[in-house]
Formats: sequence, C-alpha cells, structure tokens
Amino acid sequence: MGKNVWKSGVFVLLACMLVLAGCGKNENTAASTNASESGGGEDIKVGILHSLSGTMAISEVSVKDAEMMAIDEINAKGGVLGKKLVPVVEDGASDWPTFAEKARKLISEDEVATVFGGWTSSSRKAMLPVFEELKGLLWYPVQYEGLEQSPYIMYTGATTNQQIVPAVSWLLENHGKKFFLLGSDYVFPRTANKIIKEQLKVESGELVGEEYTPLGHTDYATVIAKIKEAKPDVIFNTLNGDSNVAFFKQMKDAGISPDDITTLSVSVAEEEIRGIGVDVLAGTYAAWNYYQTTDTPANKTFVENYKKKYGEDRVTADPIEAGYDAVYLWAAAVEKAGSTDVEKVKEAAKELEWDAPEGKVKIDGETQHLYKTVRIGEVQTDGQFKEVWNSGEPVKPDPYLKGYEWAASLSEGK
Amino acid sequence: MDMIVLQLFNGISVSSILLLIALGLAITFGLMKVINMAHGELIMIGAYTAYVVQNLFASYMPDEAFGWYFALAIPASFGVAFVFGLVLEMGLIRFLYGRPLDSLLATWGVGLMLQQIARSIFGAPNVGVTSPEWLNGGMTVFGGVVLPYKRLFIIGLVLLCLFAMYLYIYRSHSGRRMRAVMQNREMAACLGISTRRVDAVTFAIGSGIAGIAGCALTLIGPIGPSIGTYYIVDAFMVVVLGGVGKLVGTVFGALGIGMSNTLFEYWTTASLGKVLVFLCIVAFLQWKPMGLVAMRSRSLDN
Repeated sequence: MGKNVWKSGVFVLLACMLVLAGCGKNENTAASTNASESGGGEDIKVGILHSLSGTMAISEVSVKDAEMMAIDEINAKGGVLGKKLVPVVEDGASDWPTFAEKARKLISEDEVATVFGGWTSSSRKAMLPVFEELKGLLWYPVQYEGLEQSPYIMYTGATTNQQIVPAVSWLLENHGKKFFLLGSDYVFPRTANKIIKEQLKVESGELVGEEYTPLGHTDYATVIAKIKEAKPDVIFNTLNGDSNVAFFKQMKDAGISPDDITTLSVSVAEEEIRGIGVDVLAGTYAAWNYYQTTDTPANKTFVENYKKKYGEDRVTADPIEAGYDAVYLWAAAVEKAGSTDVEKVKEAAKELEWDAPEGKVKIDGETQHLYKTVRIGEVQTDGQFKEVWNSGEPVKPDPYLKGYEWAASLSEGK
Repeated sequence: MDMIVLQLFNGISVSSILLLIALGLAITFGLMKVINMAHGELIMIGAYTAYVVQNLFASYMPDEAFGWYFALAIPASFGVAFVFGLVLEMGLIRFLYGRPLDSLLATWGVGLMLQQIARSIFGAPNVGVTSPEWLNGGMTVFGGVVLPYKRLFIIGLVLLCLFAMYLYIYRSHSGRRMRAVMQNREMAACLGISTRRVDAVTFAIGSGIAGIAGCALTLIGPIGPSIGTYYIVDAFMVVVLGGVGKLVGTVFGALGIGMSNTLFEYWTTASLGKVLVFLCIVAFLQWKPMGLVAMRSRSLDN
C-alpha cells in the first residue's frame, strides 16, 4: 500500500516535468493567437525553425531572436501586402530528424508562407527533401561548406568563396605558408578542409597537419602537442560549438600566443567570444561577412534596436544578421510578387537588392545565394572585431567553386 | 624526448579530470547502485556556482581580490551541489533504491529539467569564466615542455579530494556506517544505523564532489547548460572499468582510460582514439566482467 502511494508520487512528479517541458511551447501558441486576433483581416503565417534546446541552442536562439525582431519591425510598418506577419515558432531541438518533421508540420499543417531556420549542415540536409517535396521555401542563414543548390532554399549566409577561399589567400599573403587544419569531425570542416587543401596546392601553401575532433570534444592537450610538433604559421580553425572554448583556453595555457601562431576561425563570432572569453581570444582572427562593428548606417540602427529589444549585454553576429536579412528579403520579394505563392516569390527574389546591416546584398538569381562582402576581423580586448581586410565589394556566390580551376575535382566529386 | 614527457603529463592530467568527474559517481553508482543520470547536471551546477561566485566578486569586491574568487568557488560549488543532491535523494532517489532502470529514467528526467532551468536562468549560450591570474601560464620544465599551472592545480585538487574521501570512508565513524549500509543494509539497520540518513548523506557527498568537478572544469572547458552530457559517459566508463564499489578501482579506471586515450589520440586521431579506447574497454570487460578491482562481499553476490 505504502509503496503504491510513493509510486503514484513519482508519476505525479514525472507528469509535472512534462507540463514544465511543455510550457515553452504554450507561450508561443499564446503569442500567435494574440497576434492573429489583433491583426485584423487575414494574416500571413511564417515559420521559424531553430534549435531552442539542445547543443545548438547556444547559437540558434539569437538567430531566432533576430528573425522575430525583423518580423516585429515589418509588422510595425504595416506588415507585408497590408497583412500582419504571424510567426509560428518550432524547436528543432538540435536533432536532424526533428528538423525534417517540424518542417513538414510547418508547411502542411500550419501552411506557412515560408520558413526561416536551420544552422548545422546536417539540419539543412535533413530539411532539404521536405522542402523540395512539398514545394516550400526555406531561408537558411548560416555560412556553410557550399557544393549545394536547392531550388527551394535561399542561402543568406556565405558559401565557401565568400569566406574560406579568400581567408586562405589572405593568410598565405600575410601570415605564412605552413597551415595546420583543425576541425570538428563532421560535414562542414571536412568539406572545407578538402577545399583548403586543393587551394594550398596551387597557391604554394604547405599542409603540416590536419586534425579532427568529435563534436563536443573538450580535451585538446594532445592536439596542442601535435601542433607544437608541426610548428605551423597558421591554424585554420573549423571547430564548431563548445569545443572552441576548450581549445582556446588550453592553447593559452600551453603558452602559445596569437603572436606565435596565427589562428583564423570561421565559426567564432561575437556571440561565441562572450562564452569563450576575450582574454584567450584577443589577437586571433575570424572571417565573416558582418561584424557588430561593421560601419554602415543600417547596422547602427540594427545593433541599437537589437540591444534595446534583448538587452544591452547582447551582441549581434554574422548569422544573426543573415537571419534578419532573410526576413526582409523575403518580405521585399513578396511585395514585389504581390503574392506569397512560393514560385512567384522565388521569381521576384531574383536579383533583388537590399541595404543590409552588412552593406548591399543581392540575391543571385542563378544560385539563390547572396552577393556578400568578405571581411576578416581581429578580436579586440573588448570582445568586438576590428576589420583588417575586406573584399571591397559584394562577391558573387559560387557554391560549386566553378570560378576556380583547382576546384574542378571537388565539384565533380560532389 | 620532450614529446614523451609532455604526453605522459597530458595523460595524467586527462586521467585526473576523469577521476574528478567519476569520483562522485563512484559513490552514488559504485556504492549505492543508483544509476544517477543527473550526475552530469550536478557537475553543471558546480560550474555555474563558480560562475556566480566570480560575478559576485567582480561586482562587490575590490579588483585586487578578484583572483581569489576561485578559492571560495570550490567550497561554494561543493555546498550548492551537496544541497541539490540532498534534495534529490530525499525527494526522488529514496523511492527508487533497488530499481536501477527506474532510477535511470527518473534521474535522466531530472537532468533534462536541470538543463532547461539553467538555460532559463543563465541563457543558452556558454558563459565565460575568467581563470584567476595565479593559475595562468605554466611551468617550463625543460626545452619545449610547458606544464600548465591549471592542470597541475587540478591534479592537486583531485589528490586532495581523493585523500578526503579516503579519510571519510575508511577512517571516520560516519564512513564506517556508510560502508556497513552499502555492504549489508538489513544487518546495518538491525544494528541501529539509520540507513535513510546514511543514504541521504552519502548521495549528497557524491553530488558535492560532482560540484567540485564542475568548478575545476571551468578552468579548461566550456560552461553551458549541456556541459554534463559530455562527461557523463566518460564518468560511467571509469566506474564500470574500475570495478563497482571500490575507490581504488576508480583511480585505476581513470588512469587506464586517461592514459590510453592520450596515447591512442597521439598515434591516431581524436575520433579514432576514442573508438580504440571503447574497444579496449569492451574487450577488457569481456575478460574481467567485474572490472579492474572487484569487491568481494556475500551480500553483493546475488
């Protein structure tokens, strides 16, 4: 008898957990019903699909925030085609099948006009067939490894020729020929490093080491020992997520300063600097298309509004800006098309230009990627970047690297 | 030569971290047979406590005192995780003794809840913990061999914890009661030991040590809501390999995994190294299912 009482106690507790876990979701639905009541007339539903929990939440929550901010701003100005935008927020939970499932739900059940979402390449690859099958439109806001082009995805982050390829050339010119490639063990770093190795061959660089560590790896003592042995001029860092924290902290403790070996990262932005610690990052480099310090009038208002909405201590970063751009570009395309129909919007989006916080961007009609300016920045002691080089003008996207002879074998192998 | 010395040191330092995260688990899992999946989250609680102590120091203490926040963070992490452990034991674990699968599921749920709570309080991104100035840099032994002070400090901290645990379990009255309960619960209860109190305190101590581990991890790795999930598997591996129920087994388990991991990683790659370590553990457990050091006790036979 007594045992049964305890048993039911445990069940009640478990039930409480479930309710708690569900709370986050209730909030969203509540928000969307309110919005639809106040909207008047018909609303346009748009999907937002990011990891709000799990390992990728670290990065994706702020992209979601930026997209929500863009939607609010557009609504404040009267919406799109005179209708209010109503966001339907879903949690991909850092789990690729969940991303595919939620994408399907957003398109077929919620009947959203478009979806903004994804971060990891795995999540994008999981969603891709769903969007192609149901003819939905996905706006993907993060730099990635290229070698892809889907008619139902708009890529507002950089592809390799807008980030990695120019960064390698810049490093070869300014910091030395001996490269050590360090990355997390999954699609993006492996593909990126394949490209870098081809490029090093033709631009007379030298590969002195290549290491991959599992996602979430935290002990870099051995890798650092290998780096010491290889004596590179440059470490090209494609580590993703938390591993960066461990890597940079342990580099500093091993007595290797940015003056000894130049480190350039492609996944460390302002947001990450806060979590890794400025004290260990100052003096290292990153390649992006946007920094919080990027000097354009549009960026000034963007940063101000973001901080006003989410707090003074929040920072903007490249993928955050790309997410924000995506909403505005979609809205502009809808206005131009006069309809939210996916095919019409895609057609209207071709060659569409917009003054983004990063400067002028343009949708390339052929590849559905953006023309973007490439920027290399050095981490300063205040956690912000100082731009040390930029491409001067927006670079045409080239996801298959057709413009580079040395890359021929890569795009064939696809 | 440099390389060999450096890798030996790296191996020991990896082992020391493994030992620190597994020590608390060795008590809760090894002695009490509770599969505590929330152990990683207790590590997280310790890490966030260090973060909070750091912030308190930064806002309320003079700048020159900041470097000493870490000295306070260690006992604070122990204390906070101890209290959490106590509450967890009295509110949930107590009803699940002898039901390993139920305790696994329930504590896993608790772990998820704690992660989400941390995410609500501290936000999803990692938080930065600045290491105290006196732990920066390293000791140059000879040539290119630099031994980081942080790693040396962690090794020292682990030895201290180990010694304290030894004194508590084998040399104190409450430790004796604890061993009695773990080895023969009914008999101990018959002799007038309050097994409930012993259970609660034992579990809380294991949790407190997880807190210290979390505090130490702020020196070398990321501090985020999911920090525990990285370490939980390693911690279980150490305890299982070491042999359930003996402190000395945990020490050898950690040394074995840490050293072999470092060596394999040096010869191959980080991913392959990890696979090789797993293979070795599987092979070893086939040969010696009870682990490195097996506890012999009649009550444990059934």
